[in-house]
Amino acid sequence: MIEVCNITKRFGPTVAVRNVNFSVPKGEVLGLLGPNGAGKTTTMRILTCYMPADEGTATVAGYDVHTDSLEVRKRIGYLPENAPLYKEMFPLAYLDFLSRVRGIPTSQRKARVERVVETCGLTGVLHKRIGEMSKGYQQRVGLAQTLIHEPEVLILDEPTTGLDPNQIKEIRTIIREIGREKTVILSTHILPEVQATCNRVIIMRNAELVADGSPQELSRRATGTALLVVEARGPADEIRQGLAALDGVKSVTVAGAEDSFSRLELAVTDGKAVAERVFAAAVRAGWTLRELKAESASLEQVFYELTIGEKEEQ
Amino acid sequence: MRNVTAIARREFQGYFNSLIAYVFLVIYLLLTSWLFFRVFFLNGQASMRLMFDIMPWVYLFFVPAITMRLWAEEKKVGTMELLMTLPVRDVEAVLGKFLAALGLLVLALALTFPIPLIVSLLGNLDFGPVAGGYLAAILLGAAYLAVGVFVSSLTQNQIVAFILGVVIVFALYMIGSDIVLYSVPTAVASVFEYVSLGTHFESIGRGVIDSRDLIYYLSIIGFFLYLNVRSIESRKWR
Ligand SMILES: Nc1ncnc2c1ncn2[C@@H]1O[C@H](COP(=O)(O)OP(=O)(O)O)[C@@H](O)[C@H]1O
Ligand SMILES: [Mg+2]
Repeated sequence: MIEVCNITKRFGPTVAVRNVNFSVPKGEVLGLLGPNGAGKTTTMRILTCYMPADEGTATVAGYDVHTDSLEVRKRIGYLPENAPLYKEMFPLAYLDFLSRVRGIPTSQRKARVERVVETCGLTGVLHKRIGEMSKGYQQRVGLAQTLIHEPEVLILDEPTTGLDPNQIKEIRTIIREIGREKTVILSTHILPEVQATCNRVIIMRNAELVADGSPQELSRRATGTALLVVEARGPADEIRQGLAALDGVKSVTVAGAEDSFSRLELAVTDGKAVAERVFAAAVRAGWTLRELKAESASLEQVFYELTIGEKEEQ
Repeated sequence: MRNVTAIARREFQGYFNSLIAYVFLVIYLLLTSWLFFRVFFLNGQASMRLMFDIMPWVYLFFVPAITMRLWAEEKKVGTMELLMTLPVRDVEAVLGKFLAALGLLVLALALTFPIPLIVSLLGNLDFGPVAGGYLAAILLGAAYLAVGVFVSSLTQNQIVAFILGVVIVFALYMIGSDIVLYSVPTAVASVFEYVSLGTHFESIGRGVIDSRDLIYYLSIIGFFLYLNVRSIESRKWR
């Protein structure tokens, strides 16, 4: 549905997006994750035809964003960062304006507007001007605005930024609901967002794409490792060396000691197989095992490694 | 066309949403009637000349006031990004905004219509020149508007847009005045005289509608609307 091919965009000396490639199949909810300034907004602006890329091509539903911009724009619902809206308007008038520009026939306009009002839960605020609503409701108006023409593709730039936890939850529910039928790209700089709403994540850092995969895949790929947490009683050095010698253990870190138990974290290639070997080794050496737990590295770790972590190395 | 009307409609309603329209209409009508009748009762001639003579000066401030927000506000609030990612051509957006402002101006002019009616009750008014005057006022106003909308697209700041609008319109009007024309070389003077908004206003206002004046106004309007489209497009190559 969306193909991005070697896109580069510069603003004077700043490179905002460098050689970015990705594609989004129909029906996928893609999270575009990255710290502030990574180039998420710029990527979205290119896809929505707000500004052209300097190099590379992008197509939406088979139409080129540069040469067939009107066709692309017809098929996209876009919520820009911070949900800019005509604050002095009432929501119904605003949605009516959009349905006109979107070319919805007069006979269907009212029904369409009513439908998005319901989907986005706006019924209770119709008497308020958009500028008088809470941030959460403004964001809902922003979402309603993207849905009015029943687009195939939704592009949402940081749709939950600036909302309180309840509002975030509500907006995510709406997005998940919408995501069942549509192709969605949503950007965010907060992790739980992608875990809560996306089937796939791409991570951007310093204008470049640094990772692409499902949230689970990315976690696994963290360093190609899972994490095994072991708590055992016995001679600390012997335990450490014994575990390090096991097949499939890449490294051992001592995470602490507590009433004669040592707590160790093993970076391993395959959590389950190694866990078995750890158990067998403990039986052989006569250590008492209190805990043996495999954890996949959290997406948070991946994100940290890919973004902040690497930045510090430079 | 559908997009042009949708945008013009929204902008026109926007004037009334934010009360700008009411303030504008009331002040405009009060000022025009006061300036007109003050002199009218003194010299007691059944003529509307005076109302049209003051129009370029009244418009000098009123027109930039109604155009200043049209783009500047969108840029400041960020709705520009919404508008420009709708399936609307840049030229349609420019025309929509221009027509909305023109709608307000024409409404204001229509509301001055009681003035010639009162005059015709008091004396013998020739409606020919009055019609010419109204046409000239619409053309002049539309030219000012085209300048004003364009200037609004250059900045995020409405006040800057207003001041810049006043300055450019004033300059375009004044380059045709005698003071300027006498102080520049003849070759330049004839160009100035042609380009000036004022020269053409006077000839239509006299009741003579010359196709050259019409073409002049339409080209000025077209020129500034074109610049406007270009300046909107400039976001793409900045
Ligand atoms: N219109 C612009 N003019 C100049 N620089 C810009 C512009 N838009 C973005 N940038 C720069 O490009 C980089 C990427 O920005 P952006 O795409 O907004 O990142 P994100 O949305 O991930 O926070 C930043 O360094 C930003 O300063
Ligand atoms: Mg951003």
